[in-house]
Amino acid sequence: MPIHSPEKVWWKPIGRQERIWFWVSFVFVIVMFISMPIWHLLADQNTPHLSYRVTPERFTAIVSEFTKRYQVGSENGIPIVHPPAGEIYLLARQYQWMPILELEKGKTYHLHVSSADVNHGFSIQPVNMNFQVVPGYDYVLEITPPDAGEFTILCNEFCGIGHHKMSGKLIVKE
Amino acid sequence: MAQQTLPMRRPVEFLSRVCGTTGLRIDIAAQNLILTNAATAIVFLLLGGIMGMLLGLTRWPEISLLSSVPDIYYRFLTAHGMNMLLYWIIFFEVAGLYFGCAIVLNARLVMPKLAWVAYGLMVIGAVMSNIVVFMGEASVMFSAYVPLKASPLFYLGTILFAVGALIAVILFFATVVVAKAEGRYKGSLPLVTFGLLTAAIIAVTTLLGGVLTYVPAFLWSLGLMNLDPEVYRLNFWSIGHPAQQINLAAMVSIWYFLAHITVGAKPLNEKLSRFAFVLYILFINLGSVHHLLVDPGISIPFKIFNTSYAMYLAVLGSMIHAFSIPGAIEAAQRIRGYTKGLFQWLIKAPWGDPGFSSMWISLVMFGFIGGTTGVVMGHEQINILHHNTMSIPGHLHSTVVGGTTIAFMGVTYYLIPLLARRRLVGAVLAKYQPYIYSFGLLFIIFGQMGAGALGVPRRIVDAFYEGAPIEVAFPALADTGLSIAGIGTIIASIGGAMFVGVAVLSLFFGKRIEEGKSILEKQPEPSISAEERHKVKVPGAFVLVFVFLVVFTLVWIGNMLWLGKVWPVN
Repeated sequence: MPIHSPEKVWWKPIGRQERIWFWVSFVFVIVMFISMPIWHLLADQNTPHLSYRVTPERFTAIVSEFTKRYQVGSENGIPIVHPPAGEIYLLARQYQWMPILELEKGKTYHLHVSSADVNHGFSIQPVNMNFQVVPGYDYVLEITPPDAGEFTILCNEFCGIGHHKMSGKLIVKE
Repeated sequence: MAQQTLPMRRPVEFLSRVCGTTGLRIDIAAQNLILTNAATAIVFLLLGGIMGMLLGLTRWPEISLLSSVPDIYYRFLTAHGMNMLLYWIIFFEVAGLYFGCAIVLNARLVMPKLAWVAYGLMVIGAVMSNIVVFMGEASVMFSAYVPLKASPLFYLGTILFAVGALIAVILFFATVVVAKAEGRYKGSLPLVTFGLLTAAIIAVTTLLGGVLTYVPAFLWSLGLMNLDPEVYRLNFWSIGHPAQQINLAAMVSIWYFLAHITVGAKPLNEKLSRFAFVLYILFINLGSVHHLLVDPGISIPFKIFNTSYAMYLAVLGSMIHAFSIPGAIEAAQRIRGYTKGLFQWLIKAPWGDPGFSSMWISLVMFGFIGGTTGVVMGHEQINILHHNTMSIPGHLHSTVVGGTTIAFMGVTYYLIPLLARRRLVGAVLAKYQPYIYSFGLLFIIFGQMGAGALGVPRRIVDAFYEGAPIEVAFPALADTGLSIAGIGTIIASIGGAMFVGVAVLSLFFGKRIEEGKSILEKQPEPSISAEERHKVKVPGAFVLVFVFLVVFTLVWIGNMLWLGKVWPVN
């Protein structure tokens, strides 16, 4: 009985049904575990592992220089930049994404994303891909947009009282 | 033999009574502490529940109750998380621990005065944090990620609460040791106490994680030290998630207890059930890293090994219980004569007994919804699709509420007559409460998961983005999901109010049960030897676990196919 000390029979061999279920479960969890390294080898969607330490001041300076160099327009006061394939930068700060990135379909970019103040969440919609943005860390996402169009970037980590107004944009051209 | 290794001590006398239902000797000091801690837990459940209702009505797009006052919404959201995840659950768990050591072992609770000190610290901490949160000085959410700053009193309150809880856990260990030394029980620990012991061991590491998290945060909030945001996140999740693993071990212990007291179930195999609990101790704390899967600064092998709880071996523990408990119920029911077909045992189960229905609903919701989505969303790559979307609250409501809270509610319906010796006031309400509450909860869970899958973020006052620099529009279906969750909030609030009403009224006004009288009307036990019991086959439970495995596989494969369709990223 669960509220009494076990009867002597409790170290008897495990029943057949329990043994079958145990081994089926064991195989299942091992297969599931192996699926993670295998996905890294065979598939294209993997969590990025490259990151650098960077102070918020330094990253803000990098982003503003990057913006100045490639700016092609602006929308609601937020600069639009059209950089070549390679290193691109995105700054999260209360409550804004800077700048608006204009990318080209099928090209590969190293998107450096970091925060000027608190934690933010980088969420591309409606693709629905989500990454954490942490101040002090430059997280490098290697992305290759396969579709053209306009995408929204949302903040999905609570970042303060204006959290629900923190939206940005990503444009992918043909 | 094990019982001779400890020096026998002369048993200390203590004020007690004999339970008419179980025959256990009940320490009056422990009884009072259990009832006080459980009642306090219910007060915080009520507070957190009211917050939950207001939040649900805000995120229901057609109502948007607090959308115009986001400041208030974020205060309430923080309060909801703190009151539900910490205060309701941990006060109840302290009650459960005292029950598991003193009552189940026929023993006295050691140092009851210190237990009251622990209680006092926990109350002071919880009240302090609540005041700060409601004053708007700590709108930082349950996770309080540095460098988003709260008042130092917020961190201090949490520290006091954790210290109090740690004292209670230490008293649990002390009581188990003293009970053995005084010869209060013979042989091995009963399974319920064994399960609670795993919960207590996990609680120690968790609460130490709490010290590691909140002491630096407290000093940082006073300006006395620097704190790296990612280090804080790593430390926070060493309390944030293991706290849920305490719930898991406590909840599974309560499943065994309720299955026993409602239908007379005995574990199919004590060895296997205990092994499953040991897997929790060994591996489950590693799982906290699944909150950091899409974080910078953490290596891939570390993420993979830790998120899978060391190759999902802790998941294996849960899968063992997933068969052992329904199997034990089936065996007990078959012995009682419900042997027709695969499922007569289940159909003829005492569905009108809130202890049984809560236990079964908790098991099914935790397993089929909470467990599967938790493991799949915490898969290293699949997490990209779910991190911080509304799917996450969808998942955690199926584990913490659908699993833990419903199990705790179910056991309350037995604690009141067993320990307070009062009959339930409104037993009819209690009978329907688990169904109403869980029905509402299903709406909340699936509504939130649906909206999350369409990209709606969590922890956001509404999804309209009014006044945002860039216009945002979600698919119309996302609004439908949020509305479904809103409707569920109302139903679940009714169910929650029924629970609080029955519990509080019964505690104070329930009809007294005479000393020494059993609360169970029927005699549950047909006599059968342990050997014969061991031979009973449980084909129904066997079919159920394979249905579960199919659901698990579909959720997993479905998510992998979905992941294969999003943008390449590395």
